[in-house]
Amino acid sequence: MHQEQCTTLTVLDNVPFGTVSGESLFFALRIERPEWADWQPGQFVMLRPEGWALDMMWARPFSICRVSKRDLVIFFQVVGRGTKRLAELKTGDKVVVWGPLGTPFAVEDKTPTLLLAGGIGIAPLVAYAQKHPQPWNLHMEFGHRMPLNCYPFESINERITAASHLERGPDDLAHFLDLIETSIKEYAESDGLVLACGPTPFLRAVQAFAAKHGARCQLSLENRMACGVGACLGCVTKTTDKMTAKGVAAGRAQACEHGPVFWADQIVLDED
Amino acid sequence: MNMNVTLPGSTGLQFKNPILTASGTFGYGVEFAPYGDLTSLGGIVVKGLSLEPRAGNPMPRIAETPCGMLNAVGLQNSGVETFITEKLPKLPTDELPVIANIYACDPAEFGELTAVLAAEKGIAAIEVNISCPNVREGGILFGQDATLAARVTEAVKKAAGDKPIIIKLSPNVTDITTIAKAVEGAGADVISCINTLSGMGVDIRTRKPLIANVIGGLSGPAIKPVALRCTHQVCKAVSIPVIGMGGIASAEDVLEFILVGAHAVQVGTSNFLRPDFSFRLVKELEQLMEKMNITDLEEFRGSLKL
Ligand SMILES: Cc1cc2nc3c(=O)[nH]c(=O)nc-3n(C[C@H](O)[C@H](O)[C@H](O)COP(=O)(O)OP(=O)(O)OC[C@H]3O[C@@H](n4cnc5c(N)ncnc54)[C@H](O)[C@@H]3O)c2cc1C
Ligand SMILES: Cc1cc2nc3c(=O)[nH]c(=O)nc-3n(C[C@H](O)[C@H](O)[C@H](O)COP(=O)(O)O)c2cc1C
Ligand code: FES
Repeated sequence: MHQEQCTTLTVLDNVPFGTVSGESLFFALRIERPEWADWQPGQFVMLRPEGWALDMMWARPFSICRVSKRDLVIFFQVVGRGTKRLAELKTGDKVVVWGPLGTPFAVEDKTPTLLLAGGIGIAPLVAYAQKHPQPWNLHMEFGHRMPLNCYPFESINERITAASHLERGPDDLAHFLDLIETSIKEYAESDGLVLACGPTPFLRAVQAFAAKHGARCQLSLENRMACGVGACLGCVTKTTDKMTAKGVAAGRAQACEHGPVFWADQIVLDED
Repeated sequence: MNMNVTLPGSTGLQFKNPILTASGTFGYGVEFAPYGDLTSLGGIVVKGLSLEPRAGNPMPRIAETPCGMLNAVGLQNSGVETFITEKLPKLPTDELPVIANIYACDPAEFGELTAVLAAEKGIAAIEVNISCPNVREGGILFGQDATLAARVTEAVKKAAGDKPIIIKLSPNVTDITTIAKAVEGAGADVISCINTLSGMGVDIRTRKPLIANVIGGLSGPAIKPVALRCTHQVCKAVSIPVIGMGGIASAEDVLEFILVGAHAVQVGTSNFLRPDFSFRLVKELEQLMEKMNITDLEEFRGSLKL
């Protein structure tokens, strides 16, 4: 059912989380709540400040992190020119938002579910933990490179068990990947569910472990997007012959429509 | 106020306003239905169709550039049959002119594809992409060579029955008027221009091109002056109607293209500013015309003082 909307909303506040070498690179952007009928964790919005001139034409995609009676919160990291400008947003500024977009994570109330987050990939999983009807069935492993207080980790720890792993170098990464493989194997054996969001190399590792151990696993992709509504075909991912979604043709699926969440065995991740 | 557009000649094409959406930027229309009333638009041009399904180019395919973007999507589509059975029935074709945009590898295939679409009642016209810079098998060549462009036009015209055909021109030529005159001579009913400008972008940190295809098509407000120049030249060179496009991002921009002689316009990259962009543009144009005391677009059209 189509419930998407495009509306201009007011920024309530834009709160920095932690600092990296004295600089604020992580923000919780709180905006007035759009009048959505419903939304699901894993879905995202396209967001473009009204004040942007034509020099940056595209909106930016962000996972829905929290929706309450009063507000919609997205959590973002400064990585380029767009997010740098988003960091300057102030209370009262107007942003154009369309959503909720895309295919959400699977929710299976009673199934033991492992959440694997890499860096800012934690954002949609915060929403997942918040909205899950039986959060005691969830556990998270969170790998990160920046200080823990840069991420909305505390809020997640209140509802589910979660462990964080700071990655300072290759040794830490190898250790983290070992731990993830062991967990994925355990969840596979108990027919659990594995959900992952993070940088592509991380997703590729998770995908490989899931295939090796036969785990039911979903990955959330962060492909470059222009339209967010399935029209421009700029965000596609290659699909395997296991892809079953309706409307997917020619071995390509739009990440904004058929994703961003895909079953790990239905897609081929791009290089780099 | 009269925003109606009737294309002269035997085409019988009528739009309730001059604002259409450009191929490849508005999907099959249905993607934008949640954001506005499709029937409020002058018309829509759907994503390029080919005879067989095509996978398109490798990723990344798109990159944002100052006041525009590069794309090398490469005509990914699920084939004309799937379009006719799955997409077309979802569109309100009684109230909305739906224009099919087509691409093929040689004149015969262009003709075959046209024949399939010409049989569809819901198709208002066929726009022929002889100018796509993203397909290796010579897509651009048809648009860069007057003789080839004329041959494609003839093949399409022959197969089109009474459907009007629109030939879409490339700006990547030395003299766009030569191609315009050639396709007019070969029986084109309408010309649309421009397709994207050939361009590229690189990342000095990764030392890689911004899109995997290396070279792509530049679109958006960055190309508007080039698009306006081409539209102006083509309007002067031919007597068939012209649909202008390239970087349109406001109601003022729409009037600029009409001022140099275009009957209608298409909106492309600006649809990515927000999905309701084209719907809002129709209303903004109405307000601007009111403010400027333009009661009839036909009167304003081509009235550039030189
Ligand atoms: C469905 C979806 C949900 C997302 N959710 C979030 C979220 O909740 N929080 C968040 O901070 N980010 C999220 N992202 C990523 C976010 O959209 C990008 O970081 C943002 O668009 C970058 O814009 P920019 O202009 O700052 O970067 P650009 O100037 O466009 O790029 C700067 C650098 O960042 C790299 N980059 C660009 N886009 C991405 C990307 N998608 N992933 C990794 N690197 C990228 C570029 O390659 C380049 O090196 C999400 C992306 C998608 C598709
Ligand atoms: C992502 C994208 C895909 C496109 N696909 C097609 C296509 O399939 N066929 C075609 O004739 N033109 C295609 N175009 C070109 C546009 O229809 C239009 O001619 C061009 O973008 C210039 O207009 P604009 O500056 O308003 O975008 C595409 C453009 C973009 C940005
Ligand atoms: S962002 Fe345009 S199709 Fe996905």
